[in-house]
Amino acid sequence: MKIALPVNDNNINTEICISFGRTPYFLIYDTGTKEALFIDNSAAASQGGAGIKAAQIIADNNAEVLLTPRCGENAAEVLISAKIKMYKTSSNSAIENITDFINGKLLPLEETHAGFHHTGK
Amino acid sequence: MKIAVLSGKGGTGKTLVSINLACAAKASIYIDCDVEEPNGHLFFNPSNIKEEKVEIKIPYADNNLCTGCRRCVDFCKFNALAYINGKLKIFDEICHSCGGCVMMCPANAISEREKAVGKIQEGVSGNVTVNTGELNPGEASGIPIIKKLLKDNRKHRVGLTFIDCPPGSSCSVMEIVKDADYCVLVAEPTLYGAHNLNMVYELAELYKKPCGVILNKYQEGDNPSEYFCMQKGIEIVGRIPFNKELGLMSSNAKIAFRESEKYRVFFSALFHSLIREVRHETTVNP
Repeated sequence: MKIALPVNDNNINTEICISFGRTPYFLIYDTGTKEALFIDNSAAASQGGAGIKAAQIIADNNAEVLLTPRCGENAAEVLISAKIKMYKTSSNSAIENITDFINGKLLPLEETHAGFHHTGK
Repeated sequence: MKIAVLSGKGGTGKTLVSINLACAAKASIYIDCDVEEPNGHLFFNPSNIKEEKVEIKIPYADNNLCTGCRRCVDFCKFNALAYINGKLKIFDEICHSCGGCVMMCPANAISEREKAVGKIQEGVSGNVTVNTGELNPGEASGIPIIKKLLKDNRKHRVGLTFIDCPPGSSCSVMEIVKDADYCVLVAEPTLYGAHNLNMVYELAELYKKPCGVILNKYQEGDNPSEYFCMQKGIEIVGRIPFNKELGLMSSNAKIAFRESEKYRVFFSALFHSLIREVRHETTVNP
C-alpha cells in the first residue's frame, strides 16, 4: 500500500508540510517494499486550485492513503472520488507519522476547510 | 471620462464621495461595482429600472465521449478540472470561464452551459443614471458582473462616469482600475487609513493611472493619510469634514448634495476641483 505525505524536504528525516496543496514535495511511502519516493509538487506554484492539482498528483501516483495536518474541501472532493483515505498527522516528523499509521495510531481526518484564497478573487 | 473611486478598506467613504460627485455633475453615470454589497441604489432610489441577468459559461463533461487524454486538465491554469477514476471532475467555482478546456478537447467531450451568477440594474435618479451590479450569495467571484457593467457603460458615449469600487485592491478592483481614466482615493485620518491608502495608491501606480486623494472624516490634529500624500507628492483633491450631520444623512440613505444648500455648495466645489485636476492630469499624462 502506498502512503502519501506533504513534506518540506526531499529526504526521509523531513518534517510534514502544513499545507497540502502548496507543499514543495510529496513523500510516497510503499509499505510493501518499504521504499520512499519523493516527488515535486507541481501544484505549489498554481494561481489557484492548488489542492485539486495536488490531489490529482497523489491519485496519479496510486496512493491509497494520505497523511496530512489539514486538507481543503476541493482537494478532499478529489481524494474521496479517488477513494484515497485521509488521516490526520499527529507530529511533525514524516517517519514518525508513517510508523504511527502502520501501528494504527492515527485518526481519520474528518474536517476539511474552505479555501484560503477565495477572498476577492 | 471614467473616474474610479477607491479605498483600501470598507467604510472609508467611497459611496459618500461617488454619489455626491455624481449628483454635482450636470449629467453623469454612477456605477456601483461593489457587487457583493451594493448600496448606492439605496441613496439614489432610481426609477424606470431595467434588469438583466449576468451569466457565465461553465464546462460540463460527457464522460462517455471523454478519452482521458487530460489535455483539458493540463491546460487549466486554475486547476478547475481533475481526472479521477476515469471521470472528469469540474469545479464550477474555480472556473474562470475561459473556454480553453472546450477548445483543447479532441473528442468534443466538453460543452458549456450558462450559469447565472448575479444581475445588473439600470435606472434614473434626477441627473444621474444609476447602474448597480449584484452578485448572487455564495458565488466566488464578482468579476463577470463588473465586466458586464463596464462593457455596457462603453455604450454611453457622453458624460462622466463615477465608479464606486469594492473595498481593497484585489482583482475585482484591478478590473475597474485598468479601465478607468482617473482614480480618486478616499482615505481616513488614521495610521491604518494611511496603510490602506498606500494599497490603493500602489494599485493606481501599477496601472500608471493618474490619481488624487480625498481626505474623508477630516479633523484637527495628526492626519497620517495627509502626511502620506505630502511625502509621495500625491494631489489632495479635497477634504470632507468629520461631522455628525454627514454621518446621520448617510445612515438615513440621504444624499447630502440633494438635502442641503450647504452641502450642495460644498460638493459642487469638490466636484470642480476634481474635474480641474482630472483635466490637468489626463492632459499632462495621457
